[in-house]
Amino acid sequence: MSGTATPGAVHHQPYRPVFVGEGRTALEALFPHYPTRQACLLPALWLVQEARGWIAPEAIGEVATVLGLTPAYVRGVVTFYTMYHTHPVGRHFIQVCTTTPCSICGAEEVVRALLQHTGCGELGATSPDGRFTVIEVECLGACGFATPLLIDDDFIEGVTPERVAGILQGYK
Amino acid sequence: MGYPHPSHPLERPLLSRHFGDAGARSFDGWVKRGGYQGLKKALGMTRAQVIEEVTNSGLRGRGGAGFPTGLKWSFMPREVTRPHYLVCNADESEPGTFKDREIIRWTPHQLLEGCVVAAHAIGAERIYIYIRGEFTTEYRILKTAVAEAYHGGVLGANVFGSGQRIDVVVHRGAGAYICGEETAMMNSLEGRRGNPRIKPPFPAQAGLWACPTTVNNVETLAAAAHIVREGAAWHKALCRGNPRSTGTKLFSVCGHVQRPGNYEVVMGTPMKDLIFEMCGGMPMGRRLKAVIPGGSSVPIMNAAEVEDCLLDYEGIVARGSMLGSGGMIVMDDSTDLVYQVMRLARFYAHESCAQCTQCREGTAWTVRILERILAGKGRREDLDLLLDLADNMTGKTICVLSDSCAAPVVSAIRKFPEEFEAYLSRSRAPVTVAV
Ligand SMILES: Cc1cc2nc3c(=O)[nH]c(=O)nc-3n(C[C@H](O)[C@H](O)[C@H](O)COP(=O)(O)O)c2cc1C
Ligand code: SF4
Ligand code: FES
Repeated sequence: MSGTATPGAVHHQPYRPVFVGEGRTALEALFPHYPTRQACLLPALWLVQEARGWIAPEAIGEVATVLGLTPAYVRGVVTFYTMYHTHPVGRHFIQVCTTTPCSICGAEEVVRALLQHTGCGELGATSPDGRFTVIEVECLGACGFATPLLIDDDFIEGVTPERVAGILQGYK
Repeated sequence: MGYPHPSHPLERPLLSRHFGDAGARSFDGWVKRGGYQGLKKALGMTRAQVIEEVTNSGLRGRGGAGFPTGLKWSFMPREVTRPHYLVCNADESEPGTFKDREIIRWTPHQLLEGCVVAAHAIGAERIYIYIRGEFTTEYRILKTAVAEAYHGGVLGANVFGSGQRIDVVVHRGAGAYICGEETAMMNSLEGRRGNPRIKPPFPAQAGLWACPTTVNNVETLAAAAHIVREGAAWHKALCRGNPRSTGTKLFSVCGHVQRPGNYEVVMGTPMKDLIFEMCGGMPMGRRLKAVIPGGSSVPIMNAAEVEDCLLDYEGIVARGSMLGSGGMIVMDDSTDLVYQVMRLARFYAHESCAQCTQCREGTAWTVRILERILAGKGRREDLDLLLDLADNMTGKTICVLSDSCAAPVVSAIRKFPEEFEAYLSRSRAPVTVAV
């Protein structure tokens, strides 16, 4: 549902595998729920993103190995779904809906307020302090409560430009 | 009920009765409110009896297409020689629609009860609930409810002591409107890109992992449990004279009304009652311009069509649109329809899975032409071009996303030509597309 975030600075640290120890246990807990390993792909990618904040190229390789798929196949799936980050994003990831029902209720002004107060400047960019990334997304399924935001895992409804500064204070 | 507003006397809250009541969310809370009685009754019936009850009730799919639910269930093979699957479609992403989210958020056990009733009817041992990735809170609520249901003996190896095994797996999507289309959803569940599949084969013959599969919407499943508990005749009586559209329906109303929210009414209720009585009408001093009644994928209605429209499948078709998902987008006279139609087309262009040329190219070109018109650079022939494109996008692709993009465009050009004319004649100031 979302747009894409532009690449930020990628720090070249050695890759730490996700599926060892507890990560491995979480992965194996998925297996009985599906008749194939391939079907564990979306949940496994969620595990990676929860652990690391984004899905690095090395993580694609690791997921491919543990599920018996090829990296190219995994990459093809990752890029189909807009919620998986293939670049590092700000500490807080803000998704704002601008589809028609929200648009007619003033979502564009909320976007402007967000870009201003986060210091992101433009959609998809990360603020210079690394705190926020803002993207515009299509309908969040909360159209009666325009304008909704999804900040990380927090769903916030009825956001107006005036509320934006106060809401952002809760995210350091 | 019109959560977050109190229930309106014109409503008939059944599925939404406990919206706003946090006590209904837990297993015990649900049981205390009469929950799981429908399931108990269903388990005492044969598969065929449950299907017959739901068929006779007249229940039709609430996900958008309105396909008769009992008939869909009857397509599942009688003999269970391979695994049968039920997939609950909780991907709710159709612009204007936010009802399934409320069912899950307030009454997750209402949904689980319906799921298990349906699984019993179609001979499925496993249910996948596919919930859109953005519903983070609802995902947590649903996971908790599933754990409670296992603990309470509603799920697992011996459902309510019946000796029957039924498991539920909650599967999170990851951002893709198209995964709400049932065959795309099955691909997504299998760990693939969410590309819709060519039909036939239909899911009941070869669905998930090529096994017999039924896909149903959240609201459909929730209603099924009530039908089994109260009986088909009770459900059939919930209508205002049209026996082909029965039951209550949740309408999500958004846009320019005083009280947006979810309203549950008996099929056949006048659309005007919903918009002007229950939702309080337009903001002060404004007038109704247009309504998109069934989620963004259906034709736009003008004020005259709204005037005497009845809210049921046939009633909305008779007034030039479709009931769809029941997500109603209300627009007053401050709305720039050309801009909003462009915004909708952009939604479809963004969400197209790009398998079919007509859809991939057609959605993108529709956006570009509409942007050109908005920018004051439109040509008279552009309207014909848009209609021609729309014609090529309708009925020619693997799924109906392409048709869904065409429907609002064509209807807007036909019903609101003056809106386009204002840009084409340069009498309206050009709009550069903001975000
Ligand atoms: C592009 C597209 C998107 C769809 N999105 C949804 C959705 O978000 N939720 C839903 O229940 N059905 C959606 N549907 C309809 C499903 O394909 C399917 O018909 C429905 O889930 C069947 O359930 P029902 O018979 O209970 O309505 C969509 C269809 C299309 C073509
Ligand atoms: S119509 Fe569009 S969304 Fe549907 S299968 Fe074709 S390209 Fe994909
Ligand atoms: S259009 Fe914004 S939440 Fe649906």
